[in-house]
Amino acid sequence: MKVLVTAKRVIDPVMRIQVRSDGSGIETTGARMIINPFDQIALEEALRLKEKGQASEVVLVTIGPSVSQDILRTGLAMGADRAILIESNDRLEQLAVAKLLRAVAEQEQPGLVLMGKQSIDSDASQTGSMLAALLNWPQATFISELTLASGRAVAVREVDAGLQTLDLPLPAVITTDLRLNEPRFASLPNIMKARSKPLAVVPADSFGVELSSRLKVLSTREPPRRQRGTMLETAGELAGVLKTQLNRG
Amino acid sequence: MASLVLAEVQSGDLGPSVARVVSAAAHLGAPVDVLVTGSQAAKAAAAATLLTGVRKVLVAEHPQLSGSVSEPLAALLQQLSGDYDAFLAPANAVGKSVMPRLAALLDVSQISEVTTIIDRNTFEHPVYAGAAIETVSVSEPRLILTIRASAFAPAEVGNASAPIVPVAFTPLADAPRVLAETVTASDRPDLGTARVVVSGGRAFASRDAFDSLLAPLAERLGAAIGASRAAVDSGYAPNDLQVGQTGKVVAPDIYLAIGISGAVQHVAGMKGARIIIAINKDASAPIFEIADYGLVGDLFDIVPQLTEALTR
Repeated sequence: MKVLVTAKRVIDPVMRIQVRSDGSGIETTGARMIINPFDQIALEEALRLKEKGQASEVVLVTIGPSVSQDILRTGLAMGADRAILIESNDRLEQLAVAKLLRAVAEQEQPGLVLMGKQSIDSDASQTGSMLAALLNWPQATFISELTLASGRAVAVREVDAGLQTLDLPLPAVITTDLRLNEPRFASLPNIMKARSKPLAVVPADSFGVELSSRLKVLSTREPPRRQRGTMLETAGELAGVLKTQLNRG
Repeated sequence: MASLVLAEVQSGDLGPSVARVVSAAAHLGAPVDVLVTGSQAAKAAAAATLLTGVRKVLVAEHPQLSGSVSEPLAALLQQLSGDYDAFLAPANAVGKSVMPRLAALLDVSQISEVTTIIDRNTFEHPVYAGAAIETVSVSEPRLILTIRASAFAPAEVGNASAPIVPVAFTPLADAPRVLAETVTASDRPDLGTARVVVSGGRAFASRDAFDSLLAPLAERLGAAIGASRAAVDSGYAPNDLQVGQTGKVVAPDIYLAIGISGAVQHVAGMKGARIIIAINKDASAPIFEIADYGLVGDLFDIVPQLTEALTR
């Protein structure tokens, strides 16, 4: 079974996000870019499925400008077998991304698509469920445990009131939460080896998919900042503050 | 046209987010209906009829609709889509799974985590873990929104009673099946809507300490208990207590962050609180930069002292 893993190139979460003062968006010049951390978890899970003999091939796909090849090389160094860059310089909406991924899934015919549950830039949590709907496949979102057996998946999901265990047929789209696994680091020899692994570049407009924007970002601004407040000395003082504040409401 | 709110239902009861999503929907200026689903939905539906601003309550009962599985819920919403031009759900695990599925079925771009409805076509929502707020306009004939419930005041519970309208549901062949649900039992207030939240971090160092120190304090304050990602990853607290970018977003009146350093990913989930209070042994912890009140010290000393002082 082939596993398709999706990856988005995002600003490293340890970096401080800078909003452009003219309201036009986030400053990305000079920012360190990485594979979206949730997508790293998805890739790690796919690699473990391959190591267990449950996956035959792990294909990594991203959508973005030419420079996004860097995260694909990182993913290849982690252990993906080959990679696909769908090249686009536009800011694509989740629905357009899902349509491109559907086209890839139809070409590649994976038995499973693994994706991060959200990207840490847009925080939208949309693309996985959209892709599942477009393929008319079942979905399991926010998973923290995955077992595959006889053409089905059993996934433990992190939901609002605790955990939910879902049994679903394959092929399916599954999105990963934080506690599924800890992604591996690429070793130096594997980084060298990754240079010769296949990486295909395909223009986004070659898929015949409608990519136009339906949303328009009018402005991007910084939220109001909270101020540093009063430092207290004792638990007794804090109890006094709490009592006063509780009586306010 | 009209707006349809997909209700959160928890163990047969109407979820506390529903009143808030209804009040958000009212900003769209169209009649608001609520869809209540489950294997037994009568109790939650009755509660929904009392919310101010609700025109009618649609009820779909079927075993396949229990457990809030995305495929049947999205199919049901699609069946109802002829009568509505806006669909809203809370930005919780259910809303985040169902609404994008519906959006793709209807070929609509969705807006996630809406915090402000400026007008029928213009919305604000946070991105980059709350480091930026985007103002977005939509040119879609249909709106699909997930709502950050904590950003909206709840619709009032009145005595006006909206009519209940049963709707038919055609079950799907081979929908995912729920094998098990592990619900974290608690008689504390709901974390998402509690007036006071007491949250613990990695500094508790064990599940025992987390429970035995935080429970009595939360009890005194009538507070919900929350946790940082580090505390959940370490197994001190269950996943449904996680507050932050990838967990729950809360905006209580008072938020106590205890033994939490204040990573941006955690702050994203609580910076809407009216008052933030931080207890940390590291005086340079970033949490103090955003706290209205701070206390530097060892939580193992301070928390029992605080609980004791609140008892007096």
